[in-house]
Amino acid sequence: MQIYLPIAEVSVNAFLLLGLGGMVGILSGMFGVGGGFLMTPLLFFIGIPPAVAVATEANQIVASSFSGVLAHLRRRTVDFKMGGVLMAGGIVGAALGIVLFNFLKSLGQVELLISLCYVVFLGVVGSLMFIESVRAIRRSRSSGAMPPKRRQRSWVHALPMKMKFRTSGLYISVFPPLLVGCVVGVLAAIMGVGGGFIMVPAMIYILGMPTKVVVGTSLLQIIAVTAFTTLMHATTNQTVDMALALLLLIGGVVGAQIGTRIGVYLKAEQLRVLLAIMVLAVCLKLALDLLIQPSELYSLGAGGGH
Amino acid sequence: MIRRLISLLILCLLAALPARGEEVVAGLSQTDVAITTTFKGSEILIFGAVKRDKPAPEDKLDVIITVSSHLTPVLVRKKERKLGIWVNAESAEIDFAPTFYAIRSTAPLNEILSPAADLQHSISVPRAIRAHDAQPSGGTRDPFVEAVIRIRTDQGAYQVQEESIELTEDTLFRANVELPSNLTEGDYRTRIFLLRNNQVIDAYETTLDVRKVGLERWIYNLAHEHSLIYGLLSLIIAIAAGWGASAFFRLLKN
Repeated sequence: MQIYLPIAEVSVNAFLLLGLGGMVGILSGMFGVGGGFLMTPLLFFIGIPPAVAVATEANQIVASSFSGVLAHLRRRTVDFKMGGVLMAGGIVGAALGIVLFNFLKSLGQVELLISLCYVVFLGVVGSLMFIESVRAIRRSRSSGAMPPKRRQRSWVHALPMKMKFRTSGLYISVFPPLLVGCVVGVLAAIMGVGGGFIMVPAMIYILGMPTKVVVGTSLLQIIAVTAFTTLMHATTNQTVDMALALLLLIGGVVGAQIGTRIGVYLKAEQLRVLLAIMVLAVCLKLALDLLIQPSELYSLGAGGGH
Repeated sequence: MIRRLISLLILCLLAALPARGEEVVAGLSQTDVAITTTFKGSEILIFGAVKRDKPAPEDKLDVIITVSSHLTPVLVRKKERKLGIWVNAESAEIDFAPTFYAIRSTAPLNEILSPAADLQHSISVPRAIRAHDAQPSGGTRDPFVEAVIRIRTDQGAYQVQEESIELTEDTLFRANVELPSNLTEGDYRTRIFLLRNNQVIDAYETTLDVRKVGLERWIYNLAHEHSLIYGLLSLIIAIAAGWGASAFFRLLKN
């Protein structure tokens, strides 16, 4: 069934969009990532104009993340206090990110910067996660009885203004989570993603939060940042396509529910290995696009106005 | 049935016009295209006849039909390898280029259309695109203009179908133009040229009105005229859908 999208001004198959939304939704529910880093490139691929894809994807992530966070709420795996602090940092970061984005756009190389951002962050995050979780799996296999290593005290624990995060079982300074939220917010606005793929590892490795509460809490932050970005895109560029978002999110919310249930049956290390492989695959694809000579050297964009 | 209706229409058109050498009279199977939610593209039938008050000359008669969207500026970027990666380097702005352009003709354009006539009427694709600096006549063409033509031809936005017009008895002609599904709104300029000896002897012009209607219209207007309300509405839909799916799955589980 073909459907004409009013803002994107292209006609696409409605079932294709539902399917894409569902697939990405499952991943979103399993790993607590918004899935934007997969969906945005996929939307480019099926012919949605990039500006519309980025803005609409933000809107869709709001829906799938909201659906996901409700499931986590019921299992009490959301740290509200931590979520609030991350959110505050995230909104400040997203606002900064949009200012930065417009500045880069005026320089004319924003496309390259987005690609490089993707490659660097996905590469670093993916490899770190992959190495760490493979090691963890090996360790649990070779000596099943060995007690899990206590998180060591790092610089994170030496900062002032400590706060108690009961659900996470942490007593740390308020600055690291604020900073993590802010950095993710900046990247989210520039890259047009929720930022879960950076957020989740940052929460595990920098803040030292237990994996169990990381997913639900990161979803909380993603909702805030993407809702903010959606509004900014809708009011400044008019590039949010409601019809496209609706189709993606119907698939997405259903997928997220399924994903959350699958996630329960998998071990934390296994989840992390899978997420790491996915992140690395996307990174490799984007890196190849930059390195291999494209078949068409020219590209068309909207002229005038600059 | 349709054919008969068309011939009847043509006869009416013929009767209404004053006599003057050879003239083209034409019509479209529809004068407006409505973009609805289920819009899958549209096929337009362009038909017409040649009206003449004296016997036709000996030489060959040809017809060219063009359909063009409004012209918009395009920014063309060229990638170059720098430090091992492919980045956008040079760019050029094309001042006027149609987003959709279709040509139908009775014979290959270079056989029936003189370069001077092409320049005067902007018929061929390179002539329909106007770059900032005047295009050199013949010789090397701007690679950026070539890129626009190549990319849009690959997308099906620029269609050149020579020898696709049926011309009957040097009088009646008809052609089909397929409008793609990713059509944009606007007035589409439809022109019909009569040619003899590589020269345009008569031309006819009409507009095809392409408009979004119904829900498409409403969403588009809301997004552009009340963008804050639109943004908030998008978020409410997203939150509601997220909650709905969650509630539904819980119900399913119990």
